Amino acid sequence: MSEIPTAKSSIEKELNSIPTFNTLNESSVFISEKRFKDHINLRLDISDDGNVDALGNILGVEVPIEPNTVNINGEVSVLWLGPDEWLILTTECYPNSMLDRLSKGLIGKVASIVDMSGGQTVINLDGPNSMNLLAKGCTLDLHPRVFGDGKCAQTIIAKTGVIIRKIDNSPSYDLIVRRSYADYLVLWIKDAAREYGLSLAK
Amino acid sequence: MRGAYRLNSGGRLDRDRPLEFTFNGRIYSGYVGDTLASALLANGVRLVGRSFKYHRPRGIVGSGSEEPNALVQLGKNPRTSPNQIATQIELYDGLSASSVNCWPSVKFDIRSLTGMFSSLLPPGFYYKTFMWPRFLWGLYELILRRSGGYGVAPDMKDPDRYDKINAHCDVLIVGSGPAGLSAAVEAGRTGARVILVDEQAEFGGSILNANENYHKSHGMNWVSSILDELKLMPEVTLLPRSTAFGYYDHNFVGVLERVTDHSSISDGLSPRQRIWRVRAKEVVLATGSIERPLVFQNNDRPGVMLASSVSAYINRYAVKLGSSAVVFTNNDSAYSSVLDLLSSGVDVAGVIDPRPKPNGTLPNIVRSHGVPIFDSSVIVDVKGSKNIRAVELMNIDYDSKKIYGKSHKLRCDLVAVSGGWNPTVHLHSQSGGTLRYDVSKSCFVPGINSQNEQSVGSCNGTFDLKECIDDGIKAGSRAAYATGFGVGEWSENTACTDFQTEDPLCPMWKVPSSGNESKWTKQFVDFQTDTSSSDIYIAAREGYESIQHVKRYTTLGMGNDQGKLGNINGIGILADALGQDISDIGTTTFRPNYTPISYGALAGPDKGILFDPVRKTAIHEWHEAAGAKFENVGQWKRPWFYPRGREFMEEAVERECLAVRESVGVLDASTLGKIDIKGPNATDFLERVYTNSWRKLQVGQCRYGLMLGEDGMVMDDGVTAKLEDDHYLMHTTSSGAGNVMNWLELWLQTEWPDLNVYLTSVTDQWATIQINGPNSRNLLSKICEGIDLTNDAFPYMAVRRGVVAGVQARIFRVSFVGELSYEINVNADYGLHLWESVIGAGKNYGITPFGTEAMHLLRAEKGYVIVGQDTDGSMTPSDLGMNWIITKRKDDFLGKRSLSREDSIRTDRKQLVGLITEDPSTVIPEGSQVISSSSGSVPVPMLGHITSSYMSPTLGHSIALGFVEGGHSKLGEKVYVSINDSKVISAFISNPVFYDPQGKRQDV
Repeated sequence: MSEIPTAKSSIEKELNSIPTFNTLNESSVFISEKRFKDHINLRLDISDDGNVDALGNILGVEVPIEPNTVNINGEVSVLWLGPDEWLILTTECYPNSMLDRLSKGLIGKVASIVDMSGGQTVINLDGPNSMNLLAKGCTLDLHPRVFGDGKCAQTIIAKTGVIIRKIDNSPSYDLIVRRSYADYLVLWIKDAAREYGLSLAK
Repeated sequence: MRGAYRLNSGGRLDRDRPLEFTFNGRIYSGYVGDTLASALLANGVRLVGRSFKYHRPRGIVGSGSEEPNALVQLGKNPRTSPNQIATQIELYDGLSASSVNCWPSVKFDIRSLTGMFSSLLPPGFYYKTFMWPRFLWGLYELILRRSGGYGVAPDMKDPDRYDKINAHCDVLIVGSGPAGLSAAVEAGRTGARVILVDEQAEFGGSILNANENYHKSHGMNWVSSILDELKLMPEVTLLPRSTAFGYYDHNFVGVLERVTDHSSISDGLSPRQRIWRVRAKEVVLATGSIERPLVFQNNDRPGVMLASSVSAYINRYAVKLGSSAVVFTNNDSAYSSVLDLLSSGVDVAGVIDPRPKPNGTLPNIVRSHGVPIFDSSVIVDVKGSKNIRAVELMNIDYDSKKIYGKSHKLRCDLVAVSGGWNPTVHLHSQSGGTLRYDVSKSCFVPGINSQNEQSVGSCNGTFDLKECIDDGIKAGSRAAYATGFGVGEWSENTACTDFQTEDPLCPMWKVPSSGNESKWTKQFVDFQTDTSSSDIYIAAREGYESIQHVKRYTTLGMGNDQGKLGNINGIGILADALGQDISDIGTTTFRPNYTPISYGALAGPDKGILFDPVRKTAIHEWHEAAGAKFENVGQWKRPWFYPRGREFMEEAVERECLAVRESVGVLDASTLGKIDIKGPNATDFLERVYTNSWRKLQVGQCRYGLMLGEDGMVMDDGVTAKLEDDHYLMHTTSSGAGNVMNWLELWLQTEWPDLNVYLTSVTDQWATIQINGPNSRNLLSKICEGIDLTNDAFPYMAVRRGVVAGVQARIFRVSFVGELSYEINVNADYGLHLWESVIGAGKNYGITPFGTEAMHLLRAEKGYVIVGQDTDGSMTPSDLGMNWIITKRKDDFLGKRSLSREDSIRTDRKQLVGLITEDPSTVIPEGSQVISSSSGSVPVPMLGHITSSYMSPTLGHSIALGFVEGGHSKLGEKVYVSINDSKVISAFISNPVFYDPQGKRQDV
């Protein structure tokens, strides 16, 4: 009846106003939007061993038990949000719908599996000054000794609720932010980055 | 031109980089490395300002943050800043500054005449004088306000950017003098994360001002070698030009970095100033000390300066300060200034020292230079006004502290004074640490700590250089070790190993004077506020005993320097006046900020579009393109109305309303709060949070719910849909969503752990598009697949899943406007697509997008309240006429008990009613008060107030909702709405449902 619609980014317009640099600008922070296939908020009681095994089988990776850490297996990342809460992200390369697999695989379990794919997006910041930039709005200690690779945290940046995930030591961070706030957060990043320069990563 | 008083060599100036600046309209020159103060002195400018009360001529006294006199208006509008401290302003090319608090000019200030009547202006003068006649206070105030204050604020928008940053470290070191640098490098070597801040442009602290050798080479060579090492340490952050202005709980320290203030050109990218919010595991305070002036008659004349500042201007800034100087000191340290003066070619007419035969290392060196030392002597007066001509000396008896004998004069044009040293204990005190009076050193020193902090060097009362460095090294090592770095051992002090012998200081809070102490009105204690020793004696005589009260009565330390120079002398004088011990008097409170901070820096980037988050729906850009006017709803921007052409708001809203009633209108309702509720106890949970019953609700049905606070008052409302047996979707108000989510989680986590329920906020996940009006089914049928839309198959208050415009959707048949309505939810990524599809499919029906104003009007016609507009947290369901929604047989729900409180069941509570004006075209202003009569004496008893009011295009007359005392039993009664003292609007109380009371239109 109607043509197949395309998913629309909440920050595409704001990001497109940021210039891209071909040559590496040493101080510049690089920004990009990362599109994931699944964003799933999962609530499940893992004091039941059966639940842990079932979940591990579906995800292909154990859910992190240590607070504020991320477990990864290929295209699937699982972020610890609470003792019974995780955020599951799958990249576009992941062949199946994780939402379907979880819904079917956890039938009969007391679980909440909620699709968040339209409700949040991921902004990546990369480059030597990306930590300094985040420090302007984030009160957490982001030093690699404290917030190393594989760490995540739910916090506030510039009055906006954000999940920060440390990707690597370039340093590179993913900011997972609600759709409605994302545009504001990009505006804030553009302002905070002025002294370093901000480039759209290609 | 280098300035007539500039020495030919020396100083830490870049003589290859001359700078030009203006002061009070005249052009002068200086060098990179100068401060405004040093450049003025190098140009022979001594008179820089006028005092606050008597407008006496004042010159530069100090060389740092302690300076009380040299306050200037810096820069031009819009970048002008008042009350900047000239000794802390780095000179830059094109700098322009002027004196404050003088008129018409600093050289001739008409208000200086007040000084002639100073004996008539005692402390508390304002309170004593301007009390009567009372009716003249308005006039007094006008004049007083004009004569008060320093400088003017800019009246244009600040063009600069300001920044804030959070920082964390193991060890924060404040101050980069001998102790601070030693601590920094020692801590840095352990690998700990170290931040070193110093308020000056260059690191080195007191070393910058001194001419001392460290291990046979100049102290600055030692500084350079330490800095070279620190710069190579990746975990060390060096922050020059950064003032630690406040020390708060949990080792949280505020630091103001002046990023570009020292430069004439801004790159537009860097901020002007940046506030660092530092969390340190350990803090080392090495903030140094401030020299105390001595208090004697006319000690405020331009040319009377702190001895340490005299040395600073000679050694650091290469300024020749005069031709003939005297040094007045009660301790050994100022003798080094004698040597500095001699080296700069200034004749020293003598050292005046109250101590008999000072015999320390330095006095003996001075003696060997042939400089006369007048021991057992004090200065009792200074001759001259804008320039010093001479000082008058008298002998003093060391034991009785009485002056005696004949006075004699000593000609000079510069007086260097030292009354000892006050450790800069401000940050220690702010941290909660106590102070202790050290009798042997005659100063307050840090006592007991309350946070992870240590004071080292002269801020701890350690004045010997070797000890300062020793202590700094130990403090750095200890602090690092406490945070898990190093092994707790420290390196040896190789920088300085010499001790100097010193005679003890002779404590002297003021120079004794003959006769009645309250007559000596020109012995200044606080230069900035013109507080004299006599003021303190008078205050004591009038019964003031607490230093806190004396401070406020005499204004001692109330200037923006917060009494850095004068307070301790004032405390000593009060002790003398009361016959008490200084340690019993104590100090005033050391409050943040250590030095003033601009409002811009405090605001940082939190202004304009970044002031608060702006939340946008997935359809926002369509609304923008359609020319919508927006309304703030919480943090959301919602379309308010969509004017066509030159339509006024009323016209647009009328058109939008009629479209909904007659054909079809579409509303972006994405901002509605949405909470996914899942779990075997989901129904039990709803039973507890809502007033009505949920047990019989079937899958696929929706129900309206009212949520109460524990006080029984309405806090939120919305429709909740049953998706599965254990799965609901709750809707909340747009602006209440966050609060409701927190409220529900609070109950689940703290009070109801027995309930197995998970909540997830899905507000952002779903774009919500409402189509409303008689044609909405026709429209939906064009783009909807998989759902039977007939009234039987998909009745009012039902929910269905299907595909709309090619997208998976949930459709709720609910209405807030009283029409056939569908609320379509899709993944927000497809929200814009759905909106455009709906608009496209609705063309034939004249589909009209409508905003919040039309929505509010349409729901008011139906008598539906908006929680937060019509309610204010003091309305029960009964007040809203909604007793039907309270299920009496339920054991409990939140707020139930409060509904039976005596006050909750009063019959005269304010109750929701409709109001119809007598004149159908009159619209009552919202917020108006309802009264019972059109005339009568004031005060008029208030019956209630209007919460919503509109001109209804559907009904052709105005409608209003309001709350009236006992309103439910007053249907049909006439009331009046007060507009102003002479105007009322008459109206009749009606049922609040104005349109389609049977609800037939939404159920078709």
